[in-house]
Amino acid sequence: MTATVVTVTSGKGGVGKTTTTANIAVALAVDNSKVVCIDGDIGLRNLDVVLGLENRIVYDLVDVVEGRCRLRQAMIRDKRMQELFLIPAAQTRDKSSVSPSDMVRLCDELRQEFDWILIDSPAGIERGFRNAIAPADTVLVVTNPEVSAVRDADRIIGLIEAEEKGPARLIINRLKSTMVKRGDMLTADDVLELLAVELIGIVPDDENVIVSTNRGQPVALDPKSRAGQAFINISHRLRGEKVPFLNLEEKDGFFSRLTKILHPGGA
Amino acid sequence: MVDEKKLTVQIKGIREGLLITLGDGNWPDLESALISHIDERANFFKGAKVALEVGNHVLHAAEMGTLRDKLSERGVSLWAITSNSPKTEQIAQVLGLATRLSVPRPERVVKPLDTNLTGESAVLVQRTLRSGFRLANSGHIIVIGDVNPGAELLAGGNIVVWGHVRGMVHAGTDGNEKAVICALDLMPAQLRIADLIAALPPKKAKSQPEIARVKDGQVIAEIWNYKIEGGR
Repeated sequence: MTATVVTVTSGKGGVGKTTTTANIAVALAVDNSKVVCIDGDIGLRNLDVVLGLENRIVYDLVDVVEGRCRLRQAMIRDKRMQELFLIPAAQTRDKSSVSPSDMVRLCDELRQEFDWILIDSPAGIERGFRNAIAPADTVLVVTNPEVSAVRDADRIIGLIEAEEKGPARLIINRLKSTMVKRGDMLTADDVLELLAVELIGIVPDDENVIVSTNRGQPVALDPKSRAGQAFINISHRLRGEKVPFLNLEEKDGFFSRLTKILHPGGA
Repeated sequence: MVDEKKLTVQIKGIREGLLITLGDGNWPDLESALISHIDERANFFKGAKVALEVGNHVLHAAEMGTLRDKLSERGVSLWAITSNSPKTEQIAQVLGLATRLSVPRPERVVKPLDTNLTGESAVLVQRTLRSGFRLANSGHIIVIGDVNPGAELLAGGNIVVWGHVRGMVHAGTDGNEKAVICALDLMPAQLRIADLIAALPPKKAKSQPEIARVKDGQVIAEIWNYKIEGGR
């Protein structure tokens, strides 16, 4: 086995890197791949929370790098899937505790045992970002359909190209089709026109994501969730499968149909 | 003696009559050589129109007048004297003689059309300039690709972008107000030419090639007009 190292990054914070990492990891693991997630956000760890594994952390990434434990000891097995592991970030240290070459060495060690190594990058363009992309075979850039997030994604894509880790692939997260329809939100095409990179997924805005994040139960485990389906599709595209993009029109529920009857022409 | 005469007095026919060229020597000798030459072939010279090329000899008015009289006695009319000495020519003009053999017809200037242009060199970048990228050059800059928001282009000369411009572009950085910026789609946050800065209003219309230049102390961006610009 030789794992593919996938780094999920964004530049701007809060666009959904960690949620994306957790969900893609879950979707890959559900599909019987052996997956390990590495939380690269040393000092601001989150991935353990999103995966619902916070209470199991004993050792972390910095412990491994500094030799206080063996790699195996820092790997937390997911409570739902046998083939999903997490290497958490240290919360009491900072980005400078790990170097890009540490990350490369760590991933090389993991490659033999896994199919996929997912690295959750911190926001920003400094050390943490460099650590996260150093071992990457492919880089996924997460953005929201907002001007500021797209701007930062553009910067990050440029830096990834400069590090010769490109071409990055793009995930547009939290697209609200109703807002797009009203012309109040950038469309996926607007974003792509500017960034000019390959699109690997569009994730619709979905309240289930927040609920599931809070519960530590990634949406990709819930096939009825539209966001979950979008993450599953991304995992298939990572494997090289051709999957059509979701129709992002929100399905008319009973209630919305009723309001349409009462307010024809309105939404 | 004959040979010497030939050397000092050369005669040839030109469109305006005969051209007699005098060689080196002192003037009295030359004059007598010329006269004897004419006398030898009086029939040939009778009624001839003669122009005299005196070369470096400096003739005085008296000498010139005497010569003219001697020639006209023999039926030869002197109509022009050419000389390397301006003074001699001046005297000839005073005597009413021409100092140019013929009014040189304006030569038709057949300069070959120079269609090989040198142009000016520029740096070319074929890539998209993303946020955080910066390209500065003292000359011209050509980009094939987009200039995204957050990217910066600085050129001492002109800037041409075959793509969208949404970043900051500054042409004529060293104060050259003749610098222009053209792009397939020009909608930068800010446009600078020389020391002038313009903030462009956001456009709604579909993108068209535009050119920005300084007009009346303001940076003006206009839609590229093929009819006007193409003919420049």
